[in-house]
Amino acid sequence: MQTLRASWFGFEKHWLWYRRNWRATAVSSFLSPLLFLVALGLGFGSQVQSTALIGGVPYLQYLAPALVVITAVQGATFESTYAIMSSFIWQKTYIGMVATPITPAQVVYGQVMWIASQLFARSVVFVGIAVALGAANGPGIGLAVLFATLAGLAFSCPLIAYSATLDKPDSFNTIFRFVLMPMTLFTGAFFPVSQLPDWLRPLVWLTPAWHGIELARGATFGTLGLLPALGHTAYLVAMIAVGLFFAVRFFYRRLAV
Amino acid sequence: MEHLVEAKALTKHFGTFAAVRGIDVEVRRGEAFGFLGPNGAGKSSTMRMIACVSGRTGGELKVLGMDPERDGPRIRARIGVVPQLDNLDLELTVRQNLQIYGRYFGMSRQQCREKAVELLEFAQLSDRADQEVEPLSGGMKRRLTIARSLVNDPELLLLDEPTTGLDPQARHLLWDRLFRLKQDGVTLIITTHYMDEAEQLCDRLVVMDGGRIAAEGSPGELINRYSTKEVLELRFQPGAEKPDLERFAERVEVLPDRLLLYTQDGEHTLAKVHEHGVQPIQSLVRRSSLEDVFLRLTGRTLVD
Repeated sequence: MQTLRASWFGFEKHWLWYRRNWRATAVSSFLSPLLFLVALGLGFGSQVQSTALIGGVPYLQYLAPALVVITAVQGATFESTYAIMSSFIWQKTYIGMVATPITPAQVVYGQVMWIASQLFARSVVFVGIAVALGAANGPGIGLAVLFATLAGLAFSCPLIAYSATLDKPDSFNTIFRFVLMPMTLFTGAFFPVSQLPDWLRPLVWLTPAWHGIELARGATFGTLGLLPALGHTAYLVAMIAVGLFFAVRFFYRRLAV
Repeated sequence: MEHLVEAKALTKHFGTFAAVRGIDVEVRRGEAFGFLGPNGAGKSSTMRMIACVSGRTGGELKVLGMDPERDGPRIRARIGVVPQLDNLDLELTVRQNLQIYGRYFGMSRQQCREKAVELLEFAQLSDRADQEVEPLSGGMKRRLTIARSLVNDPELLLLDEPTTGLDPQARHLLWDRLFRLKQDGVTLIITTHYMDEAEQLCDRLVVMDGGRIAAEGSPGELINRYSTKEVLELRFQPGAEKPDLERFAERVEVLPDRLLLYTQDGEHTLAKVHEHGVQPIQSLVRRSSLEDVFLRLTGRTLVD
């Protein structure tokens, strides 16, 4: 209880910032889904045949739930790299926080709470726009909000832990290019994973994006079985738990020396 | 007398490096206590242990009567910390920085709002209250950092190099604020490598060097114990050989560009030096300072 309250203050700090700066972020969180759905779903999608492999639905509807997840994972990446490094090195705000009764672990929890709320809010906006554009195949797309947030956090937590070990931002570009980019393109958002060579698939199964997309799409099309649902969710939760464990560890190592 | 900080044989190691090598310190309620020493003397490591952010490697430490190892958050709730490097939230306004910091201590929003107004006044930043922090001058940011550290009405305020990097005017303004705190009964612990700052602010101090305490006392006591009343400084042409003047003073320190003659009567010594036919390009008689104490104790100057 005490921990939750103390962590909440970290959240509040971001909220204070957000209240003054929400306009800038609001524009991008509206524009980005709109552009993606229009360009890829309506534009490019008009040239794509609806096959059994994509569930026999229009490409736009095939794409929409997965794009919610992909957008969340991308958002999580940005929130978990430069922002973390800044709080350690450039602005040093974490150092100011642990001089108060707040502990390094509570700093982590507050940060993750903030990121979760951001991912959730953006996913809600995304789904809203998808519904408005007729990209929603069924009411199940509402659940994509939860699964996208979960997948985003599953990538965010380990990345926060990693960012906490760095002194320079150099390796972030490597992550954007060689982890985030392939994860965006090849985890089943734009075409079924079954089209990939066999040897590549196990790699895809490791990514939080793939699990999130399976969940979001399955919920939208009503094809999600209970067991797969539990399996995918368990995997994402495990990634969050492991990520948090190491994040807390590395935050202590950095802030309490 | 009640001790707010008690350290016995306190040590701190980073890997194989011993930053603090067994120090004994007692800080009394209501005093301004200083750690004076050059960079790397172990001052900041000691401060971080007292601030309960960094664990000790060995020895004993009590802060406000509690053990930092066990009661860290409870102790931190009652102390204020001014870090060596500002860690203000640059994207928030001046006022918001104060308010959110109050929240970190679990204060209600209403309390934080009121406290912020009071502290803005104290830091002379009321007219900047609703501007972002980023464009403020170094002195203003420092004042805000000090104001922020007071948000929880701390009994003990830790200031790590509070005026390093500030211009003289900004320093004097800060010192003035610190005097006021001292008058209000706040116990201050200050680290500094400026001897004038230590002399101005500290009732009692320890001189640290290489992770150890070299001497302890009030500025006046230390000067009496380790130096003479006056110092005669003789400056010579760079590279010129300096004359041997040992017999004219109680002690002579040879610095790269000048000689320091420790003596009870500087003018008298200067007259004798002149009689002897020594012609420095510049001479100066001054009172002994903590700088001289430090030089005596460690053989090195404080700021180089």
